This record gives sequence, C-alpha cells and structure tokens, in this order.
Amino acid sequence: MSGHSNDNVSSKELWGGGRSPYGISYGKMYMWFFLVSDALTFGGLLSAYGFSRSASESPWPIGEQVFRALPGLDGQYPLIYVALMTFILIVSSVTMVLAVEAGHRNDKRGVIRWMLATIVGGMFFLGSQAWEWSHFIHGGGGSFLLAKEVTIADENGTLYTLPVGEPIFMDHHFGELAEGYANGDSNVVLENDHGHIKLVQYGEHTHEAELHSLTIDKYIIGEREVSGDDAAQLWDARSESFKFGANMHENEYAMQQSYANFFFFITGFHGFHVFSGVVINIIIFLMALQGVFEKRGHYEMVEKVGLYWHFIDLVWVFVFTFFYLI
Amino acid sequence: MERDDLIVNDSYSLNATHSEEAGVKIRKNIIFVTVLLTAITAVEVAMGIIFKRAETYTWEAIKWTFVVLTLVKAGYIVMSFMHLGEEKSVLKKSILLPYVMFIIYLFYILATEGFGHLFNHNSFH
Repeated sequence: MSGHSNDNVSSKELWGGGRSPYGISYGKMYMWFFLVSDALTFGGLLSAYGFSRSASESPWPIGEQVFRALPGLDGQYPLIYVALMTFILIVSSVTMVLAVEAGHRNDKRGVIRWMLATIVGGMFFLGSQAWEWSHFIHGGGGSFLLAKEVTIADENGTLYTLPVGEPIFMDHHFGELAEGYANGDSNVVLENDHGHIKLVQYGEHTHEAELHSLTIDKYIIGEREVSGDDAAQLWDARSESFKFGANMHENEYAMQQSYANFFFFITGFHGFHVFSGVVINIIIFLMALQGVFEKRGHYEMVEKVGLYWHFIDLVWVFVFTFFYLI
Repeated sequence: MERDDLIVNDSYSLNATHSEEAGVKIRKNIIFVTVLLTAITAVEVAMGIIFKRAETYTWEAIKWTFVVLTLVKAGYIVMSFMHLGEEKSVLKKSILLPYVMFIIYLFYILATEGFGHLFNHNSFH
C-alpha cells in the first residue's frame, strides 16, 4: 500500500536529496515521530504506576475486584465493562482502517461512511468512559475504618482479630444513607430496633436501609462478607473516618491515594486523546464530505489521522493489561 | 491544488493507490486481524476471571501471559492497522528502535535505582 519506493536506487542517490529516503511524506513521518514521543509519555505513566504499586506497603486493589459493575444491573461482572470498552475501541480502529483502505481506492463515499462509523465508535467509547468514571467516583457503598480491634469468626468458626484502622466496606444501599449520616445530615438517623441496625432518612419520602452485612478485603484478595452479630460489632467499632467512592484527596478502594490518582490520570489522559481524536476525525470527515481530498487527488490526511486513531487503540491495549488485568 | 511540500519524483505513499481486487484482499486481512484482536481480549478477560491471584505461582505465569498477549495485540495493531509492516525498513527502525531503547532503559533504571528512596524515608504511599 504505502512506501512503494522500494525501487532499487543506490544509497548515494537515495540520500542525495530530491527524494524521500523513508518513502513517506513529511506529514506522515512527523505523525509517526509525534506518536513515538507520545508513546514514551504513556510508557512513563504506566512504568510509574507499576513502580508505585510495587513500592507500596499496603495491599494494592486488583482490577477484577474494583471494576465489576455494569450499568443498570446488579451483581458482579468482573472486567466485562472494560472488555466492552476495549471491543468498542478495536471496532472503531477497524472502521478507521477501512476508511484508509477506501481512500487508497479514491472511494469518496467509502471514506465518508467509515469515517462516520469511526466517529460514532469514538463517541461510544467516551460515553462508556464517562460512566466508568462516574461509577468510580461514586463508589460501591463506601468504607469506614475501625477505631478499635474487633475479633470475629471466619468461615470455619476460627476467631481472628482485625486491627485498628482496618477498612470495612458497606453495601450499596446502606452506604448511600451512611454517606448522609457521616456528613452530618440531620435527616438521617441511626436506629437500633432489637438488634437490627438501620439508617432511616426522613423527608418527603422516607428511605431506610438495614445493615445486613459488611465486607472485609473488598478490593483485594480474600474478599469476605460478614453478617449478623459480627457485622454489628464491626459497625459499633467504626471510627469517624468514612470514605465514599473516590476524589482527588481520598478513595475507598485503597489506603493509597496514588491508586485513585493513577486511575484518574492514566485513563483521563487517554480519554483526552480519544476526545481530541474524535474532534480531528470530525474535521477530516467534513473535509472529505466537501470533496477537499478528491480535488487534492489523494486521501493521505485520512491515513495520518488514522495513525493517530490506531495509536489511541494501541495505548488502550496497554492500559487494559497493566492497569486493569495485572 | 499546487503543493509545495512534495519532492519532485513519485517516491511517496501519497501515490499509493490500489485496485478493487487488491482492496478485497486487504479487507479480508483487516477482518482477520479484528477477529484475532477480539479473541485475544476475550481470552485475557476469561483468564482474569478464572484464575485466582492467591495461587501465586500460577498468577506469576498468568501475568507474563498477559504481557505476551498484549505485545502480540500491539504488534498486529502497529504492523497491520498502522501499516508499519509495509513501510521501508529504515523507517521501521527509526520508529521502533528509539522507543524500544528508551522504554527498556526506563524499566531498568526504575527497577534498579527506583527503590533507593525507601531506605531513607518512607513517604511514598
């Protein structure tokens, strides 16, 4: 397809000026050079993530425990949503390569059609990422830290002691009201009805949530649900330190704030690339629509933005592995 | 439109056009790569769900499998979708070599020197 300047010329002639030794135009070459430098930026970010993770002393959250929700569904679907996002990006990469192929045949209608499909795919990815961020920021119910040691039984009935500062996780329903309770909302009242602990939110519509169970080690290895008296014991041993979801200062997923910050920065930086890619794709789409490339006689601009778009897919492949899978 | 960025002779990908028949063949290849990339992603996700991390010895092997599968995916994206496989080898080298060199250096320096600060003060959390 490209680079068919492989005709045999002596190297003196090849590098002697008047022809492109690389067999590509400067526009494409500089797109490649830009992508190399951008790839180093992402390489640096992911290396920093891995370094930070291995230097960390408390356990690091694992992907399939943190990212296991699907929009509108209860239950657990580890990594399915991220896999869906990956699939969307791969498909939009395919439609882009089909647009480039159509350009090589000077097929204006084909270029327009596939560029449009690529733009739609990019927007789907951005939408998915918006949902994922929203879910990450709101969290899965929140956590509180133990103010004193608590001894509970494990599955086999063996007693063991949880130390001070151990994070305990609430479920989605209880956590929702607990957020108001922890923030001092006077409408939310803690009630203890014959050993049934519940939070009640008074107002136009009264909501209540009973403490059915609490979770230990929710985002790391050995997740375990605790219910009954043990759950009540844990709740009674709570400190004032509640965390709900994630922001720039604290997060429920890990003791280390760097975990949330890396999530925001790496996926955010990648998402910004997707956003600018969609904008550039729209510009090229409109130019193709107006027949600019037809007049020019070639569709190399489509190839150049195609390189950028594939690069976005390429980066996501690495983010998927190193942030979510490993 | 007159362009001033072109060198006189035709040694450019600008003039890289192909026929309908070639297009059919290229599209077939594109479909193949798509299916392959999707399948690899599906395998990765399935592995992530099935294998438990507590079994450390297995997990170590799985981790490296993820890395290898990722590199395979990356290779197909760069060589096929980005057409780097069809460019001149001098271009291929000038794109890949600096990257490979710097990233290996970065890993090396992080792995060997990066933990030095831990011996002085423990503030990295």
